[in-house]
Amino acid sequence: MTEATRSHFWHSDGRRLSGLSTLLLLLPFFAIIAFVFVYPILQLLVISILEPHPTLDNYARVVDNPVHMRVLMRTLWTATLVTALSVILGFPVAYYMSRAKGTVAALVAVCVILPLWSSVLVRTAAWSFLFQRNGLVNSALMSLGLTSQPFKLLYTQSAVVISMTHVLLPFMILPIYGALRSIPNDYGRAAAVLGATPLRTFLEVILPLSLPGIVSGSLLVFLTAIGFFITPALLGSPQEMMISTLVSKQIREVLDWPFAAALVGVLTVFVTLLAVIFSKTLRFDRLMGNAS
Amino acid sequence: MKPPTDRGSLALGAYVYAVLAFIIVPLVIVIPMSFSQNDYLAFPPSGFTLKWYSEYFDSRQWRAATWLSVQVALLTALFASVIGTAATYAMIRGRSRLVTAFQILLIGPIIVPHIALAVGLYLFFQTIGLSGTIPGFVLAHTVLTLPFVVFTMAAALGKVDPNLEAAAMSCGATRFQAFRLITLPLVLPSLASSALFAFIISFDEPVVSFFLSGVRQKTLPRRMFEDIEQNLTPVIPAIATLLIVLSILILLGAHVLRSRSVTR
Repeated sequence: MTEATRSHFWHSDGRRLSGLSTLLLLLPFFAIIAFVFVYPILQLLVISILEPHPTLDNYARVVDNPVHMRVLMRTLWTATLVTALSVILGFPVAYYMSRAKGTVAALVAVCVILPLWSSVLVRTAAWSFLFQRNGLVNSALMSLGLTSQPFKLLYTQSAVVISMTHVLLPFMILPIYGALRSIPNDYGRAAAVLGATPLRTFLEVILPLSLPGIVSGSLLVFLTAIGFFITPALLGSPQEMMISTLVSKQIREVLDWPFAAALVGVLTVFVTLLAVIFSKTLRFDRLMGNAS
Repeated sequence: MKPPTDRGSLALGAYVYAVLAFIIVPLVIVIPMSFSQNDYLAFPPSGFTLKWYSEYFDSRQWRAATWLSVQVALLTALFASVIGTAATYAMIRGRSRLVTAFQILLIGPIIVPHIALAVGLYLFFQTIGLSGTIPGFVLAHTVLTLPFVVFTMAAALGKVDPNLEAAAMSCGATRFQAFRLITLPLVLPSLASSALFAFIISFDEPVVSFFLSGVRQKTLPRRMFEDIEQNLTPVIPAIATLLIVLSILILLGAHVLRSRSVTR
C-alpha cells in the first residue's frame, strides 16, 4: 500500500459521513424539534408580550397581584423543600448503593429504578389512597395512639410535598450514586491508613468528591419540581395553587391566554437560566442507568 | 473493622431501608388494594375479588383509552428510535458544525417543564387540527422521548469501532450496507431497549396528553387523571397494578437486552 492510498483510506468517507448524508440524517430530528418544541414555546412567548397589544402588562400582572406572587413563592418554596428532603433521604441511599455488592446492590437498584419507569399517575393515585381519611397513614397514626382523630391529609400542601419527594427521589439518588461510584476505593483506604476516622474520611474525602452529583441531582429535582403538574393538581388544595395548576386554570377555566402565556414565560425563562448557569454540572445521560 | 464503624453502618442500613420502604411501599400498596372487596378503598383491604379487573376490561371507555395509548406508544417508539438513531449516527460519524445546536435542542425537552410544552402544543395543534389526534400525540411524545433514545444510542454507537465500517467499505460495501450489516447488528440490543423506554414513557405520559386529549380521544393517563380527580373508583388500583407489571416487564426486557449487548 502506498502512502497515498493509505492516507486516502483514513481520510475517505470510510470514516466520516459526507456533509450531505449528515444533513439528511439530522433533518428529521431538527424538523420535529423545531416544529413540535421550539415553535410552540416561542409562540407562547410572543403571545405573552404582543397580546392584546405590544406590552409587558401580562408580566406585570404576575408580579403586581399578591395572589399570583404567593403562587410563585409557594412554587419556589415547595421545590426547595422537595429538593432538600430528597438530598436528606437520597444521599444515604446512594452511598449505600455505591458500597453494596451482589444481591443487596441489585435489590436497592430495583427499588430506585422501578419507580422511575412506572407511571407518575400510579404513584400519585397511591398517595391519594394512603392519605384518605380512612387510609393507611391515618389508621397507622391512630393505632399507634399518636392521634385520636383522623388528620386531613389529602388536598394539603404537605401531601404535595411528600408525594413529589417520593416521585422525584430517584432523580436525586442516581446522579449522587454516579458521583460516588467514580471515587476510587483507594482514597478512603489511604485516608484510613493516614489515621483519619471514618467520619473524617467521609467529611473530608467522600463528601467533597460527591458534591458534583449532589449539585446535579438537586438541580434536576428542583427544575422538575418547579413545573410539576400532576401531583399538585390531584393532591393539592385549590386554595394553594402552584404555578402549573394556575396555568392550567387560566387556560381551562378563565381562558386568559396572554396571562397564561406570561406565566409559562416566567417558568420557562427561569428554568432555562438555571440550566444555562449550571450546564456544566447537569448530567442527564446518567438517568438512563448507563453511567459507565 | 472497629465497633464504632459497625454501629454506624447498622444505623446507615436501617435508615436506607426505611427510605427504600418509603419509595417502594406506596407503589406496591395498590396491588393488595386491587383485589379488595371494599368499594370505598379503605385500608386494610378485605376479601378477594377480581371484579375491579373485569370492570376495567369490560368498560368500553377504559378499553378505548388503553387502545389509543397503545397505538400512540407503539408509533412513538418507532419514530423516536428511528429519528434518534439517525441523528445520533450522524453526530458521531459525520462532520457537523451543528453539535452545539444538537446538544442544546436535545436537553430542551428535558429542561423545559412539560406543562409549558403542553400548553404551547395545545394552542398550536388546535390551529392546525392535530389536537386529540393520533399524529398529534405521536409528534408530542416523540419530542419527549428523543433525548432518552439519543443518550442510549450515543453510548452504544460510541463504542462501535469506526474501523469496522471502514473495513467493510474498503471491501466494496456502500455506507448504508456497512451500517446495516456491521454497525446495526452491534447496536441492535440498545436500539430495542431505547424503543422499549420510548414506549413506556409515551404510554405513561400524563401532562401533554392531559392538554391534547379531546372530549372523545382520551389517552389512558388522561382517563386515569379524571377518575382520580373526580371519584377515585377502585378500578384505579387494578389499572395501577397492571401498569406496574408492564413497567417490570419493560425493565426486565431492557435488562436482558443489555446483558446480550456486545457494545455494553
